[in-house]
Amino acid sequence: MNYLDSLEALRTQFPSYKSGVTLHNYSIKKVTKASIVMRITLLSLVILTVYGFYTFDYKDIRIIDAITQALTTFKTMFTQPRFNHFNFGQGVYQVAVTLGLTFLTTLIGAFIALFLGLFAAQNLSSTVVSNAIKSFVAVIRAIDTVLWVLIFAVAAGLGSVAAVIGMTFHTIGYLIKAYSESFEELDPGVIEALRGSGANWWQIVFQAVIPSSATSLLSWTFMRFEINYAVAVAMGAAAGAGGIGFELFMAGNHYYDLREVGLITYFILSVAIVLELVSIRLKLRLNTH
Amino acid sequence: MRVEALVKKRKYNVIFFAVLLILTLTSIVLTEFDAAKGITSIPRAIRWATSNFYPDIKSLEKIPRIWIKLRETIFLSIAATTMAAICAAFLALLGSKTTRVNRLLGAASRGISSIFRNIPLTAWALILLLSFGQSSLTGFFALFFFNFGFLARAFVDTIDEVSSDGVEALQAAGATYFQIIFQAVIPTCLPQMISWILFMIETNIRSATLIGILTGTGIGFIFELYYKSFQYHVASLVVIFIIISVLVIEFISNYVRRVIL
Repeated sequence: MNYLDSLEALRTQFPSYKSGVTLHNYSIKKVTKASIVMRITLLSLVILTVYGFYTFDYKDIRIIDAITQALTTFKTMFTQPRFNHFNFGQGVYQVAVTLGLTFLTTLIGAFIALFLGLFAAQNLSSTVVSNAIKSFVAVIRAIDTVLWVLIFAVAAGLGSVAAVIGMTFHTIGYLIKAYSESFEELDPGVIEALRGSGANWWQIVFQAVIPSSATSLLSWTFMRFEINYAVAVAMGAAAGAGGIGFELFMAGNHYYDLREVGLITYFILSVAIVLELVSIRLKLRLNTH
Repeated sequence: MRVEALVKKRKYNVIFFAVLLILTLTSIVLTEFDAAKGITSIPRAIRWATSNFYPDIKSLEKIPRIWIKLRETIFLSIAATTMAAICAAFLALLGSKTTRVNRLLGAASRGISSIFRNIPLTAWALILLLSFGQSSLTGFFALFFFNFGFLARAFVDTIDEVSSDGVEALQAAGATYFQIIFQAVIPTCLPQMISWILFMIETNIRSATLIGILTGTGIGFIFELYYKSFQYHVASLVVIFIIISVLVIEFISNYVRRVIL
């Protein structure tokens, strides 16, 4: 999951998000419905949190001891990273495998979502078809990718095949929503003008719709790439998809090798930060256009 | 001229698609993805799911057990988000351009939040598993650290975007730093901050499945338990419970957002 696209999602859903609150809201203390709901929300969060801590399953862990132990573990992990079961070259290769999984699922997902997104866009399709696709996609997105991968794994066996299909599935669900919303932003006059001059549906799509939303599509696709990277790491660890996530799982859960866990975390972190920087760049370019 | 431009554009397109193709082939080789097996397994998965992956009468007996774990996961998500939000708010005050103490601390705060949110949840879960074992605390801290980094970023942007005018006005009127924070920054930013907190709670419940599978806690643990012992009817019931809880929480938070934003 990533920050920028969550922001985008919030903004499309709640147009008032950006406007914020104006000055007079705090200079005059008025009890409005909004402030009551806000207080209730905060209060219930606090109560649920306290109650949550009370009911957690602590097993037989002594919290203070565990936290001190965790701090020493962190120190060893991150100040003395070391290779044990593989070397630098193999580490880079495993990162490449994870990135390959990311790329493959994002590309296939984007390709399929592009077509289905056209049918899900209200201005290019019928209301029935659009609503049907959109609600189907909402269910796909409600479940974490790992569950989809495990469901496909029963048929395909644990490994890269199940991971690619499960991840692609979730990617399609996500991108259909993003793409169709980008298509819906298109000026209705353009479509009407083209239709009036006798262009057929495919011509409208390829001459007007896709070119004018290309930047937005690219930006969404890259954001999904960023998400899929984290998912690919997870699938390596939880669903046997290989790559750096699998190495992390082995080092942490099998060899209990703190120093190697630290090292692998550095590998994963550096790629993630590079991806985030690229994403911010893309986003800036998109907003200035 | 126009023809030249067109030729140039076509050239770019050809290069673009060639690069995509090369990357795809490299990825297929790297991940050892078997495309034929992939395509044939889709209909098989659908056939399997329609004949096995639905709750039957017998699986309904397990509802109390599932409910206990689901409740644990929901509380875990809420507690982790609330605690992370409190800590992230402090970090965000140091990181935002309008409220930071000085440039150095601002940069440091942004760096810290970047590290915490860019270490994937998977990594946090496996790192913490070494110290906290299979207790709720592993999941709690994994969600806490990730949310902390994510929310700090969201809060910094909120403060930058919403409160700069009010802060300037108060600074001009001679208000102290803490007066500005409590009278201007927090009241103006609160609605959007709550919106982000609710968003994180939704996301956490989804991610809790993954964390549960990795660390043996909560709803993810109970799914894996039934999945690995081939009790697919019960496993599907777990999935349905997850969907319902995500949708209910989404519904509540959308209501709150509509009122406060």
